[in-house]
Amino acid sequence: MAKSNNAIAGAVERTLAEVTASIENNIFAEEMTHKPGMLQGLDPRAKILMFLALLLAISLSRSLPVLLGLYIFSLLLAWLSQVPLGFFIKRVWLFMPFFTGIIAIPALFSFITPGNPLLVLWSNPLLVITDRGVMTAAFLLLRVGASVSMGILLVLTTPWNALLKALSVLRVPKVFILTLGMTYRYIYLLLHTANDMFLARKSRIVGRMDSAGERRWIAASMGGLLSRSFDLSNDVYLAMLSRGYRGEARVAHTFAFTTRDWLWTAVALAVAVVAIYLGR
Amino acid sequence: MTGMQRETLFEIEQVVFSYDQKNLALNGVSLEIFAGERLAILGSNGSGKSTLLKLMDGLYFAQQGEIRYRGTRLTSELLNQENFAFGFRRAVSLVFQDSDVQLFSPSVWDEVAFAPLQLDLAPAEVEARVAEALGGLNITTLRDRAPHRLSGGEKKKVAIASVLSLRPEIWLLDEPTAGLDPRSQSWLIDFIQERWRQGNTIVTATHDLDVLDDIADRVIVFNEMHRVEAMGTVAEILSDEELLVRCNLAHRHRHYHFDDVVHEHHHLHQGEHQHTHLE
Ligand SMILES: Nc1ncnc2c1ncn2[C@@H]1O[C@H](COP(=O)(O)OP(=O)(O)OP(=O)(O)O)[C@@H](O)[C@H]1O
Ligand SMILES: [Mg+2]
Repeated sequence: MAKSNNAIAGAVERTLAEVTASIENNIFAEEMTHKPGMLQGLDPRAKILMFLALLLAISLSRSLPVLLGLYIFSLLLAWLSQVPLGFFIKRVWLFMPFFTGIIAIPALFSFITPGNPLLVLWSNPLLVITDRGVMTAAFLLLRVGASVSMGILLVLTTPWNALLKALSVLRVPKVFILTLGMTYRYIYLLLHTANDMFLARKSRIVGRMDSAGERRWIAASMGGLLSRSFDLSNDVYLAMLSRGYRGEARVAHTFAFTTRDWLWTAVALAVAVVAIYLGR
Repeated sequence: MTGMQRETLFEIEQVVFSYDQKNLALNGVSLEIFAGERLAILGSNGSGKSTLLKLMDGLYFAQQGEIRYRGTRLTSELLNQENFAFGFRRAVSLVFQDSDVQLFSPSVWDEVAFAPLQLDLAPAEVEARVAEALGGLNITTLRDRAPHRLSGGEKKKVAIASVLSLRPEIWLLDEPTAGLDPRSQSWLIDFIQERWRQGNTIVTATHDLDVLDDIADRVIVFNEMHRVEAMGTVAEILSDEELLVRCNLAHRHRHYHFDDVVHEHHHLHQGEHQHTHLE
């Protein structure tokens, strides 16, 4: 018992450490944004328009095959942009349970979604998985999966700064852009601090901690982590003020729409329109 | 001293500040800073050096007492006024103790361009200032790197470049030499001296007695009660051993000599191997 608890706590810690390290490396290092792929070569404004159209199509579509088609289209875009497919698919679906499992799983059952029973889990009281329940859950998963894929793809192939610049050029309200910018810094500091803490702990620990100790450490360090990254982001804000920031960051941009940008925007719009039509 | 004839940049009067309304970070601090001088703020950990610099940079505000910049009292209302803030931020710059908080942009270029962009300079002028700052610190090769992935010394240089591109007259440096290797440290001292020869005012917070002589003419010493304990020239302060021990800048410890007798000494920590025995 204690042993398996220990293993679980160990696994939780390993997973947390891996997740933070991988986000820090993959998103914040912006390595993918430098690859000579298709999306990387596009004007960020074009990309934002493309992805908005595609996200709209995903949220409007009421047909499973069409949703599947849109998801496959995101894989095609990823492949054209030299984003390793295995990495991409795994990233999206690994986190999916966190996002949707909580909503999708109850939808399977008869008391939430009435329909023809597919699988009887319990006869008294009657608990069955229904066909419509499965459909609802599948829709939900696929819809969120496809949306998250599109979003991740945009972020992976566009330097964050360029994304914020493009949003401000596209006249998205400054408050929104500022919030996004601060969120990014905050999350970065949070992850960075978390990674440092995992490392600091690793370097101090001799032998294994028991599972109660493990849980206590995780709980205590999460609290410390939040307050530390809050202090840090407050200091970051001061550092911005100190250098003349007056509520709205001025940015330099050298965006230029080329034929390729128009072309891909048109392709994405066409895909979105067809998907919306077919998925009515 | 010569300070008498110079313009007074900052008048700090009986300033009290606490982050949490319980523990004081500054407890009635008074001093003046003159144009063109090199001042060091000396104090042990937690004595309030960083806090004072943040107040002088108009990031926090005195809860009692006041700070006047060129005769004008710094308040949060004043710093919210566009034209005052513009002139003040342009003239006064703080290099933070922790480079990580100062570096928030995705690339070194963006980091160094941040301040000139906030001044609404023309793109060509921004480009020129960034190039000059990167060149001046010999870090042009880092321009496309992510600041948070650099080494500590490189980060410090980028942090300094990000302020240099603003061309401030007044530099507030918070422990600039901490964590730098000897070569970077001596480079930084040269940099400070060069800025000073150009007419800049340099205020440096430090607890490094070693570099004092190179970066300061005048020293103020904070004690652990978050007050100013003493003020004087570098020579005066360094020769006051009792003061340094009292303010926890030098300490007493035991060690063995070759004759196997235990000696107890006051130690001034100067350099890695050179100790000054005080008794
Ligand atoms: N963000 C904060 N919140 C609460 N208390 C703080 C904060 N920053 C500093 N303090 C407290 O204020 C006091 C002065 O801190 P300050 O950072 O100014 O010291 P310092 O002289 O710069 O020290 P060091 O040499 O370690 O950098 C300390 O007691 C510290 O604990
Ligand atoms: Mg400090």
